[in-house]
Amino acid sequence: MSKSLFDKIWDNHRIADVGDASLVLIDRVFLHERTGSVALKSLKEAGRPIMAPSHVFATMDHIVDTFPGRTDKTIMPTGTAFITETRDAALDAGITLFDLNDDRQGIIHVISPEQGIVLPGLTLVCPDSHTCTQGAFGALAWGIGSTDAEHALATSTLRIKKPKSMRITVNGHLAPGVTAKDLALYLLGRYSAAGGRGHVVEYAGTAVEALDVEARLTLCNMATEFAAFSAMIAPDDKIFDYLKGRPYAPKGQDWDAAVAYWRSLKSDDGATFDREIVIDGAEVTPMVTWGTSPQHATAIDGVVPDYQAVQDRDSQEAYDRAIAYMGITPGTALESLPIDAAFIGSCTNSRLSDLRRAAAILKGRHVKAGVKAICVPGSTTVKRLAEAEGLDQVFRAAGFEWRESGCSMCFFAGGESFGRQERVVTSTNRNFESRQGPETRSHLASPEMVAASALTGFLTDPRKFGPRKFAV
Amino acid sequence: MQPFTVLTAIAMPLIRANVDTDAIIPSREMKKVSKTGLSDGLFAGWRYQEVGGRDPNPDFVMNRAPYDKSEIILGGVNFGCGSSREHAVWALAEYGFRAILAPSFAPIFQANCITNGILPVELAADIIARIAQDLEQDPQQRQLVIDLPQQTVTSPDGSIYGFEIGGEAKEMLLEGLDPIDLTLKLRDRIQAVRVAGQNRRPWEYL
Ligand code: SF4
Repeated sequence: MSKSLFDKIWDNHRIADVGDASLVLIDRVFLHERTGSVALKSLKEAGRPIMAPSHVFATMDHIVDTFPGRTDKTIMPTGTAFITETRDAALDAGITLFDLNDDRQGIIHVISPEQGIVLPGLTLVCPDSHTCTQGAFGALAWGIGSTDAEHALATSTLRIKKPKSMRITVNGHLAPGVTAKDLALYLLGRYSAAGGRGHVVEYAGTAVEALDVEARLTLCNMATEFAAFSAMIAPDDKIFDYLKGRPYAPKGQDWDAAVAYWRSLKSDDGATFDREIVIDGAEVTPMVTWGTSPQHATAIDGVVPDYQAVQDRDSQEAYDRAIAYMGITPGTALESLPIDAAFIGSCTNSRLSDLRRAAAILKGRHVKAGVKAICVPGSTTVKRLAEAEGLDQVFRAAGFEWRESGCSMCFFAGGESFGRQERVVTSTNRNFESRQGPETRSHLASPEMVAASALTGFLTDPRKFGPRKFAV
Repeated sequence: MQPFTVLTAIAMPLIRANVDTDAIIPSREMKKVSKTGLSDGLFAGWRYQEVGGRDPNPDFVMNRAPYDKSEIILGGVNFGCGSSREHAVWALAEYGFRAILAPSFAPIFQANCITNGILPVELAADIIARIAQDLEQDPQQRQLVIDLPQQTVTSPDGSIYGFEIGGEAKEMLLEGLDPIDLTLKLRDRIQAVRVAGQNRRPWEYL
């Protein structure tokens, strides 16, 4: 029988049927200091050992500050406890921790690929909703709650019902200057933030195959905004080349056997899905969000939509509220909206290629006076590599702050934030009310759009800065 | 966890529709890196006179004897709706609640109850109203009996009401197991799958 990529991984991991769910083997558990500390502590209090500690990893990304010279002290009140308790619990449990001063530290969904921890065919879970990012490697990776994290740690399994499946095929190619972020926002704008509800989404088609590894991570990252259970892309040579030589990737004989197995991880011809969507890559143009849901996404050369344009999915009340919250009026050209701040970072868009593309636009230019601009590399490794090729100098010369790695102002949990009613163009993934600070107005965009907007002081189509490559 | 078999206890009426998890425990009460220490924040918005304060609001039922000793809640429709925060159930369990009767529950809350040893009993709204009436004459003496093995609720007036519960949920509550305990009953099977996996794909085992 023809199977999808998802079916293959599911069948390889299903241990037993339990009630109306399945008991599924979990290969890797990743934790961070915000939710991981609770799970580890509670397991310890219950006297439960971790079944496979060598398969468990933790990092510090959510609550740590990103200022140079940071320590365990945090701007977020009570933040320090999360850091120190995670450290103590990780040591005690014998799991691998990428601590604050570790070269491997960074945002979990950036460092897991960097270290070769996520591999094709694995199941990987983390108490974090953007775990779907890692499905870009042909793994089944998804976000769970803290109690499920305890279950995964104690038993190396989870009890779940098999999610439905969906394939999104993007034929043709994305136009030059159009990125994976634009594709993710396009799908949200067109099919709504509930478009993938509960499904495991496989992204396929020539436009997806053409994406490099980091762009695939960006695309899969926003599957959770699409309400999907997770996302995945069949692994290919780009993935294998990326993984080769990474610290936790297979070596020697194992490597050859692994690649042979990984090549079988793709949907068979004739595999069926509960839902299929097919689009043409040429439809996608640079996108930005105007409102307070990721589905409020539209082309940058467009206008703030009126209610008629979104009534199939937003109630009048939700629409009015979004318009009022964002301080905008229907019909206004998006490119006429002035910004207060620009943010490049997060598990969506903070990898080396993201920083390179933004730097190509910033090089030799300066951000508009009065715009607060910040770049937070996704990992310490990204930061070092970027510095080795001089990207930090480009960002700094252009007027950007250059930070230590972490989630930073992707989300607000009582620490650093943007100001009330400040308009921020941001390479992150959520534009909910107060996501980046109390009453902050977030516009989601690609890193190059963030860079272009920082330069002009208005939301700006990055294509206006032409196709520039950052010369190393 | 404490097994749930037959419970005889005081029941507190909180018959309002849509008691959400934010009412059960406001987010401002969830400051710690822990599942414990939450019971003081239970129903904080209703239970105390001021936000963040600890002066009891005498009008709230839980502050009135003998309801301060309740182990059962008589609730309204869609009990436990809103954010999926499990803290709500942790707070209820830590305070000492063992069962909630309501016409309907929010699904995630209901599942969280079972994994934390609280029995969610679905009974029609008019039955719950009748039970509340029966108890209120003398809440101290007129205690409610919930028999999980028989799946019945017995009111002091002698009325017996049956209820439904899934087989696995019942097993977990009866034996005082959480999902981890239940899964660890299959430990040998899990280990066998891991050993076989290690032979087939050794690189996946670190
Ligand atoms: S960068 Fe943002 S979205 Fe990603 S894991 Fe951190 S807080 Fe979550």
